[in-house]
Amino acid sequence: MTTMQRELRLSLNQTQRVRLQSALQQLEEMTSLASAITVVADTIPVNHEDSILKGHGTSDLNGEVVATLCGVVERVNKLVYVRAQRARYKPEVGDIIVGRVIEVAPKRWRLEINFSQDAVLMLSSMNLPDGLQRRRTAVDELNMRSIFVENDVICAEVRGFQHDGSLHLQARSQKYGKLERGMLLTVPAYLVKRRKQHFHHLENYGVDLILGSNGFIWVGEHVDMNGENHILADQVSREDMADKSCVGQVTQEVHERITPLEIRTHICRVANSVRVLSALGFNLTVEVIVDTVEASISLNTDIKDILAAEFYVQTAEREVQRRVSLSRKKG
Amino acid sequence: MEYVDSLTGFRLDGRRPNDMRQIRGEIGVVAKADGSALFEMGNTKVIAAIYGPREVQNKGQQANNQALVRCEYSMANFSTGDRTRRPKGDRRSTEISLVIRQTMEACILTHLMPHSQVILIEFLVHILLKFFMYFLPKICFLQIDIFVQVLQADGGTRSACINAATLALADAGIPMRDIVTSCSAGYLSSTPLLDLNYIEDSAGGPDVTVGILAKTDKVTLLQMDAKLPMDIFENVMQLAIEGCKAIAHYIRGVLLENTKQLECRRGI
Repeated sequence: MTTMQRELRLSLNQTQRVRLQSALQQLEEMTSLASAITVVADTIPVNHEDSILKGHGTSDLNGEVVATLCGVVERVNKLVYVRAQRARYKPEVGDIIVGRVIEVAPKRWRLEINFSQDAVLMLSSMNLPDGLQRRRTAVDELNMRSIFVENDVICAEVRGFQHDGSLHLQARSQKYGKLERGMLLTVPAYLVKRRKQHFHHLENYGVDLILGSNGFIWVGEHVDMNGENHILADQVSREDMADKSCVGQVTQEVHERITPLEIRTHICRVANSVRVLSALGFNLTVEVIVDTVEASISLNTDIKDILAAEFYVQTAEREVQRRVSLSRKKG
Repeated sequence: MEYVDSLTGFRLDGRRPNDMRQIRGEIGVVAKADGSALFEMGNTKVIAAIYGPREVQNKGQQANNQALVRCEYSMANFSTGDRTRRPKGDRRSTEISLVIRQTMEACILTHLMPHSQVILIEFLVHILLKFFMYFLPKICFLQIDIFVQVLQADGGTRSACINAATLALADAGIPMRDIVTSCSAGYLSSTPLLDLNYIEDSAGGPDVTVGILAKTDKVTLLQMDAKLPMDIFENVMQLAIEGCKAIAHYIRGVLLENTKQLECRRGI
């Protein structure tokens, strides 16, 4: 059995290994799509009498449709394409993504988003800290570093492709912008499904969870969006700090901004749950993540032990039960 | 030295002339790489990691209208019997890097990676004045990096590297024309031998390394540093091609199993 524990190196004992194997076996039996799976250079069976459209991951070889990727063959009306699993993120307009600023360039920021190229966030396609709608001036351009600097983690939306193929983002709402006081996790992009909702507030834990479609997942302290613009607040506090060079004042301010220990442990717990799920290769939805977090609490698992062998196996078994009950509901 | 026992017909390590060593492939061995694989042929053990497609780092290297493929081959200090310090760019490793790069370039669909506007924009650059270039959007070129490292060397490292790179490329989800596999064959004691190990390799006889595209039966790599009569060469090469096909069959199985597992685990 291939282990496929890319991120985790576990030492399973004999019973755990058997339990894990049987759980994965069950998962395999539950999904019956073996016929749709294809590997590189396999011929995809098509009915040549109907006209077909060859999509991504296919090519033509002597009249046959041949796969150029490993993955699952999908058919939508005439279109035949191969959906690859562990490939880089393929953006679609409207996706919510999390990225990291790698460069502040003239009028734009360049972001690393696990795409084959860097994404561009133009200064003109994001809300200014003062919240006003106006032309961006040269002064705004000079102040770009007061909004985002290199290595900041940002949440934004895919706006579209420019004619030269580069990817443009926008952050025109209060929910987008800089993410602070939390953890950025990277998982394979195929594990995050496009859904209506990518921003989640886990109320029991006071934690914000952003499932970026590009496989970047943000787990951070909850930020109240309804109140004043948090970017604005941030900037004001920065200016305050600059004005009052009094050290005592600054330390007091820093003190107020410290995340409580309880929330920090919650962040770690959620983050480790995401890690164990991605190591197992399970789809990452908010329900599954919350389930895993709750299970780890009810089992009295230490935060560090979420990444250990026992919880890993238990998570696999829980997933089997979840899918069994789901299929029962359907049936 | 007798490389094939004249009585039994067995080779030094107990194989028959047309036997291959045991092969094993494993996908997903490097956590942070886009794609990675481990490939073993007997005692030869090779690890491959793919990074990309990503933006070209060195602007001078970019190709015109296709993705850039780079390859770096290295041998671990502990990979051979005598522990030697190996300089990074020695002639042997540069040559093998080049060979692997060319073989993999033949199967990667590099023309899919760039954007079709690239040529048009280049044309524009030529006709526009120099200072207009500032206003032109940055043209993006992509590159794919292949890193292969030999962990244990026992002959046939370049074949093992190519096989590992194929597995890793498939894992990284990079579109490929075909599965490219490689295997070597030699001619010692008037017998064609498949998949030479280190002792047979260092005997100084002819060593033919063949790389083929398994489905289309096209040769992408053929190397030999000795002289052989034409008819014998054909036999040796045929033997190597048979070996390549056997490896391709195995690699296909590994990929199928891996894809199936990933999909089943992901669920609906």
